[in-house]
Amino acid sequence: MCLGIPVKIVELDASGELGKVDYLGTKVQTSFALLPGVGLGDWVIVHAGFAISRLDEEEARETLALLREIVENSGEPEETAGLP
Amino acid sequence: MDLLTDKKSTFALLRKIEALARGVPSPVRVMEVCGTHTMTVHRHGLKSLLREAGIEMISGPGCPVCITPNAFHEAAIELVTGREGLILATFGDMTRVPTRRGALRTAIPAPGSSVRIVYSPEEPLALAARESGREVVFFGAGFETTIPSIALMARKARRTGLRNFAVLSALWTIPPPLRAILESGEIRLSGFLYPGHVTAVIGLAPYAFIAREFGFPGAVAGFEPADVLLGIISVLEQIRSGRPAVANTYGRVVRPEGNPAARAVMDEILDPADSRWRGLGLIPRSGLRLKRDYADYDAVRKYGLDLAVGAEDLPGCRCGEVLRGMSEPTNCRLFGRACTPDSPRGPCMVSFEGACFVLFKYRDVAHG
Repeated sequence: MCLGIPVKIVELDASGELGKVDYLGTKVQTSFALLPGVGLGDWVIVHAGFAISRLDEEEARETLALLREIVENSGEPEETAGLP
Repeated sequence: MDLLTDKKSTFALLRKIEALARGVPSPVRVMEVCGTHTMTVHRHGLKSLLREAGIEMISGPGCPVCITPNAFHEAAIELVTGREGLILATFGDMTRVPTRRGALRTAIPAPGSSVRIVYSPEEPLALAARESGREVVFFGAGFETTIPSIALMARKARRTGLRNFAVLSALWTIPPPLRAILESGEIRLSGFLYPGHVTAVIGLAPYAFIAREFGFPGAVAGFEPADVLLGIISVLEQIRSGRPAVANTYGRVVRPEGNPAARAVMDEILDPADSRWRGLGLIPRSGLRLKRDYADYDAVRKYGLDLAVGAEDLPGCRCGEVLRGMSEPTNCRLFGRACTPDSPRGPCMVSFEGACFVLFKYRDVAHG
């Protein structure tokens, strides 16, 4: 029922409520009635044919930066610990 | 976004988890509330890797197909076998749930009636517009991810004066069963991993009581392996600091306030109702039903269905215990023998988010 992964909006009609997303190379009809204000090229999460959330690039970058930091620190066990 | 999925970050995160877990009383038991999290945990071999790091993952009630009691399925079977000219539309998994009356998929519909599998709530509405001579009942099961779109369809039907469309609503909200699980005290848990996409709709506030009243940690997490592990790290940090919270580790998709448009549609069309969950029993205000204004579109009212009577599960099925974290699927005598995805004995083996199905499918995955 849930595509789960972020997909990109590739078509959007004039009302902004109906369009298509690219799901692994296939164009899938999607309703944007629950997500007003999205635009072509936005990345969204789709559930049962309806987009329910827009991806925030800034937040995505922050998560990646945090992961990078954890990976870099993992080579040095004495720093990762911080144990009592 | 390779960092979200690659082994390097998985193992770096696991090392961090192991170090954090050493500083807290063991065992650390984290319930992944959502079935899609269960899938991530098993598909990538995180279950056993986390166990080695000191974390026990417990599956929760987050599979709508699984928690919908058999009374609903039997009512749906009754509708399509007992009434002529009726189309029963539902998601694919729902047609395979076994009951004492068989499954929807194998039910023999009355003349002119049929079972139709749909992917989106828009399809049954379009079907009703096309097939004006037949009644269309959408047997819609879902959590807050699916509920707003179903509510939207009821509104659209009413606005366009479509009279041959109704919803048999198996709509469940996630926070109430979490209260029920904490209040029952049946299982010892250390924290919750909150479902990412449900929270993208409802926001963080509905979980606030869990930290405030129960002093219980929790984190909203996404669905890639690194997302799940980041959520667990947050839970561990809350335990260590003694400051339980509703943390959001899935900020790229989840806004603190959720999705206001989706929430508004739910509030406009639906009312909370005391509802019965498989395995968890009656939970106050844990389901949603169409408001009185929409009585004509509510299959329960329209066809006088009685869902209050609990239809029994098939003998031997322990899905109910699995759903409240009381039992692992492997403790069930039927698992993998009399009960498989090809011939399921209960919904937890039917749904691709069901704990039994997931464990069966990925039983050979030891390490990701």
